[in-house]
Amino acid sequence: MQITVKLFATFREGRFSVEGREYPEGTRIAVILSELNIPEQQIGMIMVNARHAEPDQELHDGDTLAIFPLVGGG
Amino acid sequence: MAEKILRVNMTTLTGAFEDVPSEWAGIGGRALTSAIVAKEVPPTCDALGKHNKLVFAPGLLAGTPAAQSGRLSAGAKSPLTGGIKESNAGGTAAQNLAKLAIKALIIEGAPVDDSKFYGIQIAKDSVKIVEATELVGKRNYEVIKTLSAQIAPKVGVLTIGPVGEMRMAAANISVKDPDGNIRSHGRGGLGAVMGSKKVKYVTIDDTNGTGTPIADPEKFKGAARAFAKAILEHPVSGEGLPTYGTNVLVNVLNEAGGLPTKNFRTGQFEGHDKISGETMREIIVKRGGKPKHGCHAGCIIQCSQHYVDEKGEYITSGFEYETIWGFGANCCIDDLDTIARADRIMDDIGIDSIEGAVIIGVAMEAGIVEFGDGPGTLKLLEEIGNGSPLGRILGNGAASVGKAYGITRVPVVKGQGIPAYDPRTVKGIGVTYATSTQGADHTAGYAVATNILKVGGFIDPLKNEGQVELSRNLQIATAAIDSTGLCLFVAFPALDIPETLAAIIDMLNAKYNLTLTGDDVIALGKSVLKTEHAFNNAAGFTKQDDRLPEFFSEDPCAPHNLTWTMSDEEIDEFWNF
Repeated sequence: MQITVKLFATFREGRFSVEGREYPEGTRIAVILSELNIPEQQIGMIMVNARHAEPDQELHDGDTLAIFPLVGGG
Repeated sequence: MAEKILRVNMTTLTGAFEDVPSEWAGIGGRALTSAIVAKEVPPTCDALGKHNKLVFAPGLLAGTPAAQSGRLSAGAKSPLTGGIKESNAGGTAAQNLAKLAIKALIIEGAPVDDSKFYGIQIAKDSVKIVEATELVGKRNYEVIKTLSAQIAPKVGVLTIGPVGEMRMAAANISVKDPDGNIRSHGRGGLGAVMGSKKVKYVTIDDTNGTGTPIADPEKFKGAARAFAKAILEHPVSGEGLPTYGTNVLVNVLNEAGGLPTKNFRTGQFEGHDKISGETMREIIVKRGGKPKHGCHAGCIIQCSQHYVDEKGEYITSGFEYETIWGFGANCCIDDLDTIARADRIMDDIGIDSIEGAVIIGVAMEAGIVEFGDGPGTLKLLEEIGNGSPLGRILGNGAASVGKAYGITRVPVVKGQGIPAYDPRTVKGIGVTYATSTQGADHTAGYAVATNILKVGGFIDPLKNEGQVELSRNLQIATAAIDSTGLCLFVAFPALDIPETLAAIIDMLNAKYNLTLTGDDVIALGKSVLKTEHAFNNAAGFTKQDDRLPEFFSEDPCAPHNLTWTMSDEEIDEFWNF
């Protein structure tokens, strides 16, 4: 299945900003985090299709996965 | 030195130092400005009349070595909202006042002859009120430069630009920062109040000022160290903010579908990456600007920056997410250089950059210029600075523009423009907009932290459940932090690292020889909110004013296609504490 993976802030360093990537059907977010070498404790937010998600969520073809470190402002 | 209140009477053009009444001895910052306004300003008075008072108060920790302690509160009845206002800013003035042991500066009355402007020149144990002839009509960067050259390079300056002189309701008050640039008491039109008092500027020369002593220096040192450690340890205050500034939020809110776009039509902006914090950092680094910078001495978060042009020349600093959202997504201008120019103009003419962005969004809605028209936007801002008839309609706020042009898509609460987070998609912040005593103000209770950023836990931003309680708790805590004079961004570590709040309380106790507990701090926050709410009620507000504009309930916001569905009864529960 095709997943659009978006990385933000420091997670872009040495990786990428946005990529369309192929994964087997039913892949969980945690698998992608580990593939990208992003430790879970550094994660601030994960969003799938503009909704907050947890690492154990299963993805579906066409999903957009966005991964942010802990950031803030205001 | 014992702390004093400095009272300047602009009717008699005199100033005097007074002892601090016992009821104000233990409070500072917002708690003090709101207490003074509530006690001394008739709630029904004309905000631009002689009965209003403009109050400046450093926080309780101002002038100490505590990190992040240089915020200054300004308060008055707001000409924009018609209610009480507290707006706080960085810059050097809070620390200058604290060194002179001035706990509050109260500016009252107004000259009978309103043809002249004045400057208030404060030094150790002295105050002079002088005519400000040569600075009248001048913009803020020039005023700061001129006064620094005339008085002393490090003199603190508070000034209004032409927008404040013309008493437009969106006028701000500029505060000189450590580099001679500008921070702002942005929201609520306090610049117009200063203009109505005919005060062009205030200078604070703290030469020979020693401040007030710290009762227990050893204990203070330990607490200050623990406090600084917590700030630097937390990823938001220790890494995210210094690296990307507050503008890191463009991509976050866009991804969450809560980035108000095209005057609050949708929640995602096609050009988001061009105006994002990540892109901004790249531009600043490439051009040789400063990606991080503190707005006051002792700031270790350093969320500000120097944004420079292609030649490396300084354009602006304190270039915040809300401003960039406002001219970017909200006005569909996907060019950071244009937005930086807009920010520069607004600082210089003296208008709130959040209200300014909401104003231009409504002006685009009205068809005065097209959405996305960068050059047209800069021209409109210049019109405000020059005080043309159109400029004055614009400079009186987004609500003023909406009325003049018969527009209903006007994002304001209590007359104040709604900032950078769509309440249909970030429901907790919607409760803050609706209920804040300040009018729509994200900083009053930053539910975005828990709704979107997962700081201090997580409450689903798309659902109504839990939002009123979240907003209430945050508004109480914020009112307390705003009274310490600490930068609100200490809330990020405070929400996640328990030692942070303990360290703040230890610093207060060590400075003033007190025995405050966490419960006292919460009680202070509650009392500030209740004081402000009572003032607003006496000024004529009712619970019907705690509502969002109708279009939020009617028009769904993509991509989530949600409307604002919080019932009146749910919202009114906010004040049940």
